[in-house]
Amino acid sequence: MAADSGFLNLDLLALSPPGWGGVLLAGFAASLQLAVGGYALGLVIGVGGAFGKLYGGPILRDLLEVYTTVIRAVPELVLILLLYYAGTDAVNALLVTVGLPRVDISGLAAGIFVIGVVQGAYSTEVLRGAIKAVPPGQIEAARAYGMSPFRTLRRITLPAMLPYAIPGLSNLWLIATKDTALLAVVGFSELTLVTRQAAGSTKAYMLFYCAAGLMYLTLTLVSNQVISRIERRARRGIAGPV
Amino acid sequence: MSDTETTMPAYVPPPPRRLLEPHRIFLIAVFAVIVFCIVWYMRWDWLPRYRWKLVEGIGETLFLLFTTAGIGFLLALPIGLVQVTGPRPLAWLARGFCTLIRGTPLLLQLWLLYYGVGSVFAQYPEIRQSDLWPYLRQAWPYGFTALMLSFAAYEGEVMRGAFAGVPRGELEAARAFGMGRFTMFRRIWLPRAFYRALPTLSGETVLQLKSTPLVATITVVDVYAVISRVRQDTYLTYEPLLLLALIYMCLTGILVLLFRFLENRIPSRGA
Repeated sequence: MAADSGFLNLDLLALSPPGWGGVLLAGFAASLQLAVGGYALGLVIGVGGAFGKLYGGPILRDLLEVYTTVIRAVPELVLILLLYYAGTDAVNALLVTVGLPRVDISGLAAGIFVIGVVQGAYSTEVLRGAIKAVPPGQIEAARAYGMSPFRTLRRITLPAMLPYAIPGLSNLWLIATKDTALLAVVGFSELTLVTRQAAGSTKAYMLFYCAAGLMYLTLTLVSNQVISRIERRARRGIAGPV
Repeated sequence: MSDTETTMPAYVPPPPRRLLEPHRIFLIAVFAVIVFCIVWYMRWDWLPRYRWKLVEGIGETLFLLFTTAGIGFLLALPIGLVQVTGPRPLAWLARGFCTLIRGTPLLLQLWLLYYGVGSVFAQYPEIRQSDLWPYLRQAWPYGFTALMLSFAAYEGEVMRGAFAGVPRGELEAARAFGMGRFTMFRRIWLPRAFYRALPTLSGETVLQLKSTPLVATITVVDVYAVISRVRQDTYLTYEPLLLLALIYMCLTGILVLLFRFLENRIPSRGA
């Protein structure tokens, strides 16, 4: 059976060029960069969005509500197509109006932007819920001590909300790692797309798809271990499950 | 902004807001202008030509959504249940299945099934000559299977929590009434777990709706594939995608309303 020999032919996974292992690892690295970058950008947007939703003016709050609702109602695949083209077009249009030459935006930057905007909507909701769970007395106490709003944020609100936010945020991290696969559709060479190329050119479909699946699974399992450690640390001093 | 920052209060629940406050009217006006510009300045002349294809595409999307969610949910019941009460090996199997499906991207699973399993099927003459082959040559069985398994895994995890969360006293009461194990499951355990899972079920169904366009990558013609076709035919980038986003927003809205209606029909004392 050709498929059996193809599946067992592990030479195809060798790191040097006749094998495709190196290509897969490079794709995995690209996926990781995308996930880390997009997740970080999403967290920044999320912190801003959560504070805007809780303490902002009425217009800001309504705009943020529209942002989170729209992003959460439209499939990631469609958003990725829209933002990928619209984002690069917008930057170039901006550059042209300022009088600078057009630039080719790297797929990585555009991808991080897309994943970040999508993640931002979800983390806004997660962080908003977590901040609301912080007992108001703690924040009032900080103000009574004369802390500035920024110091209150840094010393009280953010650390105190962390135990409530971590389950949601860790879920978002796992979603981010899996959402990177969608960038295969716009032709960004991350793990899923290079797997498809490797499988297509060697006809060893099962081997490569299983190998890529194993990589994603390893990432998820390792992340779970790290997350549970972080969670234990953030929960120290809190009695029982929250 | 700086004004609100200097007096950042502790969180106070905002007063109930009416729909038409002055700033809302302003925002709605701005939004109307944007919509007008989109309709007026962008090209929409392709719309009538693709009208019926779009309707068919939406039908295919909804068909995929409801069948995969329905069968996936039926699969999720045993997956959740064996993790709570089942024998050890079955529980491990179910947990492994959930971890495997939830730990890898759906797009990869889809391609694994379509290209990988599909190519393996093609190599066995017994399968090629069987009556199933005309179906196995098409794309939709693979898309259907991938979506169904994914829904079963995510919902199985939810059902595990829901089954485990039913208070023990209710089950003990059922046993005290002399109910058999099956009667107890049918009358008490399943309905109570279902009520608990319903809010998450609505979210999962919306997520499933948002996963359906992935099947367009393996040539199933859903609404996303129709829009891709429009983009290839007309060389337009934004107009079809904007329409697609609008379609999905409407579908999501309808789904959410549907589930809210369902939830309101269930008697509860405020969970």
